[in-house]
Amino acid sequence: MRVNGVDHPAPSDPRRLLSDHLRHDLGLTGTHVGCEHGVCGCCTVLLDGAPARSCLMLAVQGEGHELTTIEGLTADGAALHPVQQAFHECHALQCGFCTPGFVMSVVGLLAQHPEPTAEQIDEGISGNLCRCTGYASIRRAVKRAAELSAK
Amino acid sequence: MTTRWFGAPVQRKEDDRLLRGHGRFTDDIGEGALEAVLVRSPYAHARVLSIDVSAARAMQGVAAVYTAADLPFGKTDLPILIPHPNLTHGRTQRCLASEVVRYAGEAVVFVVAESRYIAEDAAELVQVEYEQLPVVITPEVAARAEHLVHADVPGNVAAEMTQEVGDVAKALAAAPRRKRLHLRFERGAASPMEGRAVWARWSNAERKLTVFDSTQSPTSIRGGLAVLFGLPESSVEVIAPDVGGGFGPKIMLFYPDELLVPFAAMQLGRPVKWTEDRQEHFTAVNQERGQVHEVEVGFDDDGRVLALSDDFLHDAGAYTPYGIILPIITAGQLPGPYRVPNYKVRFQDVYTNATPTSPYRGAGRPHACFVMERTLDAIAAELHLDRAEVRRRNLIQPNQFPYNVGVAWQDGNSVVYDSGDYPALLKRALEMLGPRPQGDHVGMGLGVYVEGTGVGPYEGAHVQVLVSGKVVAATGIPSQGQAHATVWAQIVADELGVDVADVEVTSGDTRRFPWGVGTFASRGAVTAGNAMAVAARLVSDKAKRIAGEHLEVDAEDLELAGGAVRVKGSPQRGVPLAAVAVLANPVRYAFGGGTEAATQFAAKPKPGPPLPEGQQPGLEATGYYSPPGSTWAGGCHAAYVRIDPNTFRMEILKYVVVHDCGRVINPLVVQGQIEGGVAQGIGGSFYERLAYDSDGQLRNASFMEFLMPYATEIPNIEIDHIETPSPLNPLGVKGAGEAGVIPVGAVIASAIEEALGIPITEMPLSPLKLFDLSNRRS
Amino acid sequence: MKPAPFEYHSAATVTEACSLLVSLEDAKVLAGGQSLVPLLNFRLARPQHIVDINRIAGLEGVYERDGGVAVQALARQSAVEDSEIVARVCPLLGAAVRLVAHRVIRNRGTVCGSLAHADPASELPAVLLALGGNVVARSTRGERVIPAEALFQGVMETALAPDELITEAWFPASPERFGVVEESRRHGDFALAGAVRAGARLALFGVAATPVLADPKDPVLGLRPSGDLEASSEFRLHLVRVLTARAFAA
Repeated sequence: MRVNGVDHPAPSDPRRLLSDHLRHDLGLTGTHVGCEHGVCGCCTVLLDGAPARSCLMLAVQGEGHELTTIEGLTADGAALHPVQQAFHECHALQCGFCTPGFVMSVVGLLAQHPEPTAEQIDEGISGNLCRCTGYASIRRAVKRAAELSAK
Repeated sequence: MTTRWFGAPVQRKEDDRLLRGHGRFTDDIGEGALEAVLVRSPYAHARVLSIDVSAARAMQGVAAVYTAADLPFGKTDLPILIPHPNLTHGRTQRCLASEVVRYAGEAVVFVVAESRYIAEDAAELVQVEYEQLPVVITPEVAARAEHLVHADVPGNVAAEMTQEVGDVAKALAAAPRRKRLHLRFERGAASPMEGRAVWARWSNAERKLTVFDSTQSPTSIRGGLAVLFGLPESSVEVIAPDVGGGFGPKIMLFYPDELLVPFAAMQLGRPVKWTEDRQEHFTAVNQERGQVHEVEVGFDDDGRVLALSDDFLHDAGAYTPYGIILPIITAGQLPGPYRVPNYKVRFQDVYTNATPTSPYRGAGRPHACFVMERTLDAIAAELHLDRAEVRRRNLIQPNQFPYNVGVAWQDGNSVVYDSGDYPALLKRALEMLGPRPQGDHVGMGLGVYVEGTGVGPYEGAHVQVLVSGKVVAATGIPSQGQAHATVWAQIVADELGVDVADVEVTSGDTRRFPWGVGTFASRGAVTAGNAMAVAARLVSDKAKRIAGEHLEVDAEDLELAGGAVRVKGSPQRGVPLAAVAVLANPVRYAFGGGTEAATQFAAKPKPGPPLPEGQQPGLEATGYYSPPGSTWAGGCHAAYVRIDPNTFRMEILKYVVVHDCGRVINPLVVQGQIEGGVAQGIGGSFYERLAYDSDGQLRNASFMEFLMPYATEIPNIEIDHIETPSPLNPLGVKGAGEAGVIPVGAVIASAIEEALGIPITEMPLSPLKLFDLSNRRS
Repeated sequence: MKPAPFEYHSAATVTEACSLLVSLEDAKVLAGGQSLVPLLNFRLARPQHIVDINRIAGLEGVYERDGGVAVQALARQSAVEDSEIVARVCPLLGAAVRLVAHRVIRNRGTVCGSLAHADPASELPAVLLALGGNVVARSTRGERVIPAEALFQGVMETALAPDELITEAWFPASPERFGVVEESRRHGDFALAGAVRAGARLALFGVAATPVLADPKDPVLGLRPSGDLEASSEFRLHLVRVLTARAFAA
């Protein structure tokens, strides 16, 4: 499977979850594990460009697909991706644990709706849990991200 | 010093790393560690008849399996963290149970294997034979004491405490009017997004134990491990790396894994790690919020409270590791911002066969606020008075500070409010709330609260200017998302006249700063913040002394600004801070970086020893701050809520917060704390619950059934601040971490009661609950 | 929470999948995985074999057939949500699929998978029932059409044999008057109760072991819903009346 543009072999153990494979076999610990039952969204990555829960996929299922994790959004030392930049400007993260999952979900949301309405924003972020921010700053960040992406 | 950074909405220094996915949470650390699993009791109360781990031990890939019998500390009770004379029957669990289990989730066996997958396979092969015993669930059942949680604790009462101010019996009897209320809270859970995790390595070569722990108190963990393993503290390092939310349950110690993981690492000669999964988090991690209150209030025809008596049960759970801090906080905070001339509060801390309780954001204060606010609402209803007016008539006035409530506080002192303006909070909140929206089934909720923050004993900080001119600072307490690295940098940058970008803060790492207490109880800004200021002031004083000698100017004529020590009024005459750092360390051998200026043949300002007596080398200092007592924050929340009369769904139409945390260091951070706290409060009021059945089984131990709110359930809120600085600490700050959650239950209950016209006396609520209450009423 | 060990098989064709299903004892089909993998992680499901059908080519179609819409086994719920054909021919299906969980789940979850999983609280089985649709089930023994009324047998139980694979679901065209309404605790949660209107027909979900057809004038007749943490039996009956009224208001 291709992860952030780099080819990797799939693991030999078929029950290894994609989330564990990314984190522990490939060392991409930016994707986090919050529940392992698909509810919290911390593990969200992009599968062929669309958000997907990595805790609900077996790593072997990644073969033949393009995966993008949070580390793949922008190169080390390069400027932040507009969504990342917007989260920073709007103080949309506190502990940072849910953040990669949110960022990937928002990247997916903006691909679907580049100028989302308030309703579309709520719909788009409603699959991710955050315990720190109370979501208001995240809403602001999505709006800001849309502005930055349009530039 | 400058005042550039204090009060400014500085964007966070932590963000870049976290946004790029380069955070370092405990489970991110691998380094070839073995992985572990805990086998836990499925029963809420049972005798352990036998434990057979032979099949588990024999499985390929399993490194070790431990039961209590395998631990040198297997028969040691874990410590009671906060002893108290009233805690006459405190009990704690052992690391691994071997005789009795007292809550579903209590740890029994520790399995260490090559991977968590294999460890879980092996855990299934562990055979434990249990003999079930009668289960005590709910504080009411515990108080009836038909069955005991601990055979040697009569009545299931761990502690009892009564406090009285004035003469309540007399005042109640004399009061023109009296009312009784019965109020009940079910348990709740903090549920941070990152569960708990521990990683440990023992280095034989260095005789050193290194532990990474998702904890709110690395210094305490370190102290405990040193004692338990008989190691000098200097041989034990504990680091809280990035922590994905704490909210209280991570200030608990010791969870069994915090001892088992280091122990296994020492035994097996390889790093060992344990990361809990979400399912076990529900019963393995401490809970809170279970209380039952019987209130009697005496009041006059103007709605003034004359006497208040509260008798409550606090649900301790199966053990009392955290002592009785929670009910003490409830008891101490109950009068809140109101004058209660005669106040009596009695509590019993009772055991139940459920997960032990310890602080969760709010820590006893939400209950106190709920009780007081519902009482005032009841008074208003009886007298047909406006609810806000009743509050106005009872609020402590701004000219009444310091105000001694007369009851005990969690730091061993008495509850004394230092400063505040409660009427202003109420006034502003009502202004922001505005007129009632049109439509039916709309209710208004209101809640005014105080919050004791900034408890001691102390915190410390180390600040150093490097020869590069950059500044590094460290403190013992860790962050779980509260932006410490930014906020402390702001304080230090102001004191040293540098850019906040040039201050790097390390927190929660005993290698960098070994002294301190922890992050809890909204104390970080007050204690560590002031310690940072103390340390930075010492550095700035030293910088002025050294620069003054160099420039031949009196230290009082100097200021620190623009990264230099300069003459006031003549900014072109100065020495860069980097150069002062060089001069602060007289050297024989220059090693670059400008250090030539500090060698022996360079120009000397004055005769005498290069390092004057009593001075230390380097432009650094360590400072401490120990508060004389808590400093009291406060606030008022108000809301309009609509309940759909058919589905009983709740819609929050408007929610406003007016908040006073003294002087605000970073308004962005405070806003985030409040928004997050309110969300937790809404979750805990209408969505989340811990549904224990009568067998002590938690029926909703997953995120599918424990309903933490998504964005669609939480509205945007409006926030305003007032600042009544604290007279108790030099920075004038008060804590802000828990404020958002404290009155939310009271506000929602009040609003729903008005919207539906049914009395609300319990928390949490839900559409089902409202449906039942409506039916019962009709 | 990690899955118990299993043997993994990836089928390249439907024939291969059927062959695997008939020859393997205790096998489960993995399609979207959004329902199965949580069960694996909790170890509530511990099949000896997993048959992954995601690599079967040509099985993700959504097309018009017999006046309705055919949705093949690997058509993702998000594709159905975005499908112009569905919007035109069967907007009821489009409206219902938008209520399933969250978009991220719909990116992987499949319509046929949801039907085979047969959770009593899910929307799509009720839509199939309300419309009077069917599924095509293949095995080594051949192919058969199972109408919705016969498909759903109990809580997560269907008429499918262990070796049968749904290759396609067929949804008749939406009548002019349609609607799907549900009441859930949080956005995207499983419904406490739900109602699907297809013209004059009403199907309820979340209130019985399977989706059930009901009389819009007396929707609670014969219903005995169970109670759980968020809804008692009485509350469910109450919601059924409320939701039916809403669905038939227009």
